[in-house]
Amino acid sequence: MAENENRTVSPASSGSHIIRVEHLSKSFGSHEVLKDINFNVDKGDVTCVIGSSGSGKSTLLRCINLLEEASSGHIYFNDADIMSRENNVHNYRAKVGMVFQHFNLFNNMTVLENCTIGVRKVLKKDDRYAKEIAEKFLEKVGMIPYINAKPAQLSGGQAQRVAIARALAMEPDVLLFDEPTSALDPEMVGEVLDVMRALAKEGLTMIIVTHEMAFARDVSSRVVFMDDGVIAEEGSPDVIFNNPKNPRTQEFLSRFMNK
Amino acid sequence: MPASFWGRVSFLLQEYWKSYLQGAGTTLLIALVATFVGVVIGLLVGILMTIPVEKNDNPVKKGVLKVVKAILYVYIEIFRGTPMMVQAMFIFYGALQYMNINMNMWFAAFFIVSINTGAYMSETVRGGILSIDPGQTEGAKAIGMTHFQTMNYIIMPQALRNIMPQIGNNLIINIKDTSVLSVISVTELFFVGKSVAGVYYTTFESFFIVSIMYLIMTITCARILRHMERKMDGNDNYDLATEDTLAHTSGMTNYIEKKKEEEEYR
Ligand SMILES: Nc1ncnc2c1ncn2[C@@H]1O[C@H](COP(=O)(O)OP(=O)(O)OP(=O)(O)O)[C@@H](O)[C@H]1O
Ligand SMILES: [Mg+2]
Repeated sequence: MAENENRTVSPASSGSHIIRVEHLSKSFGSHEVLKDINFNVDKGDVTCVIGSSGSGKSTLLRCINLLEEASSGHIYFNDADIMSRENNVHNYRAKVGMVFQHFNLFNNMTVLENCTIGVRKVLKKDDRYAKEIAEKFLEKVGMIPYINAKPAQLSGGQAQRVAIARALAMEPDVLLFDEPTSALDPEMVGEVLDVMRALAKEGLTMIIVTHEMAFARDVSSRVVFMDDGVIAEEGSPDVIFNNPKNPRTQEFLSRFMNK
Repeated sequence: MPASFWGRVSFLLQEYWKSYLQGAGTTLLIALVATFVGVVIGLLVGILMTIPVEKNDNPVKKGVLKVVKAILYVYIEIFRGTPMMVQAMFIFYGALQYMNINMNMWFAAFFIVSINTGAYMSETVRGGILSIDPGQTEGAKAIGMTHFQTMNYIIMPQALRNIMPQIGNNLIINIKDTSVLSVISVTELFFVGKSVAGVYYTTFESFFIVSIMYLIMTITCARILRHMERKMDGNDNYDLATEDTLAHTSGMTNYIEKKKEEEEYR
């Protein structure tokens, strides 16, 4: 309990960004994957990150979630430096959820248990509350009929919707998505994107790495184009998709649109 | 003494059935207890050996962990690398001669087999933990679980299921390998078989009986463990919970009704 109340993240000073990334760099050995990344996310923003394979999109998300340790730079969450020693990693992760390409549902648990375990053990809420909130979000993603199923018994689209419900049940301030539809059969992509669209409409703050350009154009308040470890261009979806300035962005998009 | 093989066998059984049964009981008891204790040791050691060290952990924790891991590593290597029979002689007689500890024979038996099984199980558990998809750990981390919570709720239940066949294997090996304890005069099944054989020079017949008894024990244990594995796997299918009463057919549970029932139950 004590660990939970010991909030290490100070309340947001008004008008500041919910996430601020400053001069972030990350190397694997001598390979510099992220180079001096700077960007901000405001509350309610839907930021889509696009870019070709290997440009460092996943690494950026994993650094923000502290699954990967950045080599240098700073990440602030509500103005608190999350990379400092004083920051409680677990509390932070409970507030910044993540949805993975391969779902990463807990294979030993049912759909319902997948969604309640974090609420019970991390947020230390009672079982009844956990069940209620899990059911609320499972309902939202349309997975209530499957609450007793195990992950192995679900289709990819169903599994990903459960994974989203699991993240939502923690009631995070920000949700990160790393190519949530890339592992899905084409006919299942729609059902997951629909769920995400609904979340965007409700004002959930999201950072979404995606190759679904039409979706990115629809939902995002801002688009970030990454190229070879740097942010090559960012702006409103209208600017990025209809009027890109950077030739690399133009090239990437023309390749994508013609596919 | 009857002349025929079957005659001699039944003669030995009539005369010594009690001794044989007692020997088998001892064997089974040591094997079961030692396997259980060995699995517990294996779980503890395996979990300790897989605690990750992170860059910004405090140096004291890092240091302690390093020393503990080194000690456990030596333990595993020594007990896996020497025959249990040698360990039995070494520990039992060594303690007697040099440390003046007259170990209770029974304590020695349980101790030696347990600690030996523990060394093997440590490696099995470590392998079991490492074999779980790293995505499971990442999923747990991403909702804020600590390493301990992740191990407790996510990794160990899956690892344990995966190493069940190995636990079964160890039990069967232990049933057979308790026979080496005869070197410190533990009256397990092999010891009984040898003693009875010596009385009438009926080695073949006595060990025929002993073999059958070992087989019955090992096959029964294997069966029971298989059954436990199947139980751990649970249902192959799930009940679809639905709110649509029209869709309510057999095999489905009515979600709303179930919810109501639970509410009333509260
Ligand atoms: N753990 C790692 N060790 C070494 N190199 C890595 C590691 N993870 C990623 N990389 C490298 O970092 C670079 C960026 O990888 P990243 O996964 O962030 O790309 P991405 O933009 O997400 O690509 P994709 O669209 O294919 O998912 C790649 O060149 C990759 O090989
Ligand atoms: Mg990626």
